[in-house]
Amino acid sequence: MIHYLAKRLAIGLLTIWGVVSAVFVVIRLAPGDQATVALGPGAKAEEIAALRHSLGLDESLVVQYFSYLGDVATLDFGQSYRYGRPAMQAVLERFPATIELTIAATVIAILVGLVLGVVAGHRPGSLVDQAVSTFTLGLQAVPPFWIGIMLILLFALQAKMLPSAGGGSFPHLVLPAITLSIPFTALVARMTRSGVAETMTEAFVQTARSKGLTETQVLGGHVLKNSLIPVVTVVGLQIGTLLGGAVVIETVFAWPGLGQLLVSAVGNRDYAVVQGATFLIAICVIVLNLAADLVNAKLDPRIRVEARR
Amino acid sequence: MTQSDVLVAEPKPEPEAAAPVRRHRRPLAALPYVIIGIYLLTAFFGPMLVDYDPVATSVKGRLLPPGSETATGTAWLGTDGVGRDVLAQVVYGARTSFIIGIAVVFLSGLIGVALGAIAGYFGRLPDMAVSRTIDVLMAFPGILLAIVISGLLERGMHVVIIALSVGGWVGFARLSRSITMSTRERDWVDAARIMGVSKPATLTRHIAPFLAGSVIALATIELASAVLSEAALSFLGLGLPPDVVSWGQSIANGRDYLATAWWITVFPGLALTILVICIGLVGDKLTRRYTRTRD
Repeated sequence: MIHYLAKRLAIGLLTIWGVVSAVFVVIRLAPGDQATVALGPGAKAEEIAALRHSLGLDESLVVQYFSYLGDVATLDFGQSYRYGRPAMQAVLERFPATIELTIAATVIAILVGLVLGVVAGHRPGSLVDQAVSTFTLGLQAVPPFWIGIMLILLFALQAKMLPSAGGGSFPHLVLPAITLSIPFTALVARMTRSGVAETMTEAFVQTARSKGLTETQVLGGHVLKNSLIPVVTVVGLQIGTLLGGAVVIETVFAWPGLGQLLVSAVGNRDYAVVQGATFLIAICVIVLNLAADLVNAKLDPRIRVEARR
Repeated sequence: MTQSDVLVAEPKPEPEAAAPVRRHRRPLAALPYVIIGIYLLTAFFGPMLVDYDPVATSVKGRLLPPGSETATGTAWLGTDGVGRDVLAQVVYGARTSFIIGIAVVFLSGLIGVALGAIAGYFGRLPDMAVSRTIDVLMAFPGILLAIVISGLLERGMHVVIIALSVGGWVGFARLSRSITMSTRERDWVDAARIMGVSKPATLTRHIAPFLAGSVIALATIELASAVLSEAALSFLGLGLPPDVVSWGQSIANGRDYLATAWWITVFPGLALTILVICIGLVGDKLTRRYTRTRD
């Protein structure tokens, strides 16, 4: 187990290094460096040269890279020219909103997905199963950002039930959370369905039925527990995808989170914020993946055995 | 579990496979193929039939509802905030989606299959390098990398294609690696080695053909996700130059007029949704076929 965790942790560190380096490379390839972007098109050549010198941009790329890695290690991403303060501060400020949205979406996805999956998997091949499977296939394929706009059109503009943009209150959370949960709900439903369908053929289900348990008791007490393991694995593995989706959905709903900050920072070429935001997202994904691994090992003894090998 | 995991996973006997004896033929099964065909025809020939000027504006023809008469004919799907025809945007957008989608699948498929097959066949150091790169890319959401790359670099179609391929090849590599590793152990590969066939020839002639089916199934799924990601990027206003028509860009343009002119956002989004669902249906069917018949 220790060995397994150490391996996962090493991959996590490797990932952070990879993301940080990739962002470094992209920024160096981009037209215009930090100095020209920060000073704007009207700046004089001497001013640019001076700022470039103070930012260390006149050093060789290798020197820049290692000093950048050093900055990252001390969580110093530099000043955001747009916000006039340390980039990490701006990034951390937006972080809770993204967490709130992601958790809300995860809860919706798990609740709705489990119910759909159990209903469908209970009788594989039945009409209900076919209906749910078609529905979830559709959910998985629809573009979430467009569905988000359609929800705004229906519930905010036509029915005037919910606010269309912004954050801060529960009604604001409803539409973005539902939108973000859509592909995830479909995934959880499909995983649960195949898990339940497989478990239904086990002998212990037969035994439970023979004991005279009601179908609800059989499903709740015996089947669901045994089909949850793949669901937990998927939830853990897809946290990254969910955060990626949040970036787009936050922009649709003007949700004041990390994703919206990242997209506008990319648009404004606010490199310090881009670096800080991608770094924080990478950390999140890795920590959550690791957590999911641990939960999984707790749930499923087979993983512990495999990890020992 | 993503779609590529389904392909990578060992084929399991489906528990419900025994129940229905023989499904009767469903005429609806051909529908996704027909719809994709219509999209392809539209993307190829539509721009020859429909004129569209992305920079033209018409003050009088602004925000007309579907079916309105304009100076140049009937605007069947209405016009947008500066008087451009929405139908023409849907048609030209289809072309953009296919060009980028197919290019991304081709590029990431080529890189992914090559790296995956090499890693699976040679093992050791090549496998280490490829597998660790896969681990890193799997952990970080691909759309974020695409946003950063296409947002910061010079605008252009090729930049979007590269940005989406950076994360796209991983699925192909995982799939090819796992199939290569199991095919490598088969008797005919041993036979080829004993007969003195070189390693590259063994890989291309005796192993690569067994990748084809699963790779095609995955390519279909990846096409849907590339089309979707491209739309998301242009919705965010990143990557494509403003004069390239794209569904995502049209959807974004219509947001300001959502309350008064829903058609600007609804029709391009509908076009995107239907296409992605149909490609997804075909991909699902192919995936099921190739996970069952493998080995």
